[in-house]
Amino acid sequence: MAFVDYYKVLGIDKNAAEKEIKNAYRKLARKYHPDVNPNDKDAHAKFQEINEANEVLSDTVKRKKYDEYGKDWKHADQFEQAKSNRGQQYASSGESFSGGSGERDFSDFFSSMFGGGSGSSGRQQVKYRGQDFNAELHLNLRDAYTSHQQTLTVNGKNIRITIPAGIENDQTIKIKGHGGQGQNQGQNGDLYINFKIANDPDFKREGNNLYTVSKIDLYTAVLGGETTINTLSGKVKLKVSAGTQNGAKVKLKGKGFPVYKRDGEFGDLYVNYQVMIPATLTEQQEELFKQLSQL
Amino acid sequence: MQTEHFISADKFCIYHNIEFSFIKNLEDFGLIDVKTFEETRYIHEDEVGKIERMLRLHNDLEINMEGIDTITHLLDRMNSMQEEIRILKNKLRLYEED
Repeated sequence: MAFVDYYKVLGIDKNAAEKEIKNAYRKLARKYHPDVNPNDKDAHAKFQEINEANEVLSDTVKRKKYDEYGKDWKHADQFEQAKSNRGQQYASSGESFSGGSGERDFSDFFSSMFGGGSGSSGRQQVKYRGQDFNAELHLNLRDAYTSHQQTLTVNGKNIRITIPAGIENDQTIKIKGHGGQGQNQGQNGDLYINFKIANDPDFKREGNNLYTVSKIDLYTAVLGGETTINTLSGKVKLKVSAGTQNGAKVKLKGKGFPVYKRDGEFGDLYVNYQVMIPATLTEQQEELFKQLSQL
Repeated sequence: MQTEHFISADKFCIYHNIEFSFIKNLEDFGLIDVKTFEETRYIHEDEVGKIERMLRLHNDLEINMEGIDTITHLLDRMNSMQEEIRILKNKLRLYEED
């Protein structure tokens, strides 16, 4: 991974005193702390970066190595050992020192620093809560109508979750402890799943209520009759009153969307009647309409 | 009081390696509700996440109780505004694709 300039990360000079480092860290930590920036991935990443910078620069031993060896500072001990062993190839070839056993990248090093075991400074290690993960789950309206289980793959792990009926578009649920692993016995982060629910061609939803359009012919609108409409729980027969106007609304109580996490509670379904005027008429129909208009 | 949805404040403090005074301060500031049952102090499970967040603010950022109170209040406001935006956005969808 690319070299990270810890001084730049904290926005301080290379000669900064301990107090300046502490102040710079505190200022940035307050700005980017995950708890004051919920669901902000960039802030989480930035917070991790400033923590890394602070862990190195606030420790005089690590900072000295970092200042002396720059990007290779983590191999400082190996450098020192190699210096004392004359005739080593690295000194004359100018090649970068790889340490022979496979160079760990920046984030691996971060883990080793915070993961415990090999800390050289003897300072008490700080518990870090794992990173929160964010995921997006796309459903259609009919999926969201019933509680169902779904398996998600997050960072290579399968997680089986129950999606409660009635979940709304853009609603986020938290799955505790399924985020990134905590460091130094810190708690795991959480997994936040944001639901995106696609519009349905037949039903519009507002909260727990559903809206649909039902087409009725002119004769049923004028004389009354019956019509069958689709609801999300099946077909329903409705009586149409004589003289029903175009755009008239009827409410079907309890035929709307289930209320989130409230078993057995449903919103209402509003049916909007659209009266269909015949576009073409037979000669006989035309004649009858003319007669009607003259009555 | 049934204690099945509660965790004892002592256990919480031991787990997080904190003094009970921290919990007491949060309670005095009206930030959490601590129940007493048979002389044992309990925290409702719904409050645990909230207390942990306040503990992180205190430990990681050295924020005092007044600061935690302010941040918690602002975060709550932010959450309710985000919820309102979400509801309004969903209402707007009613008029899309017509």
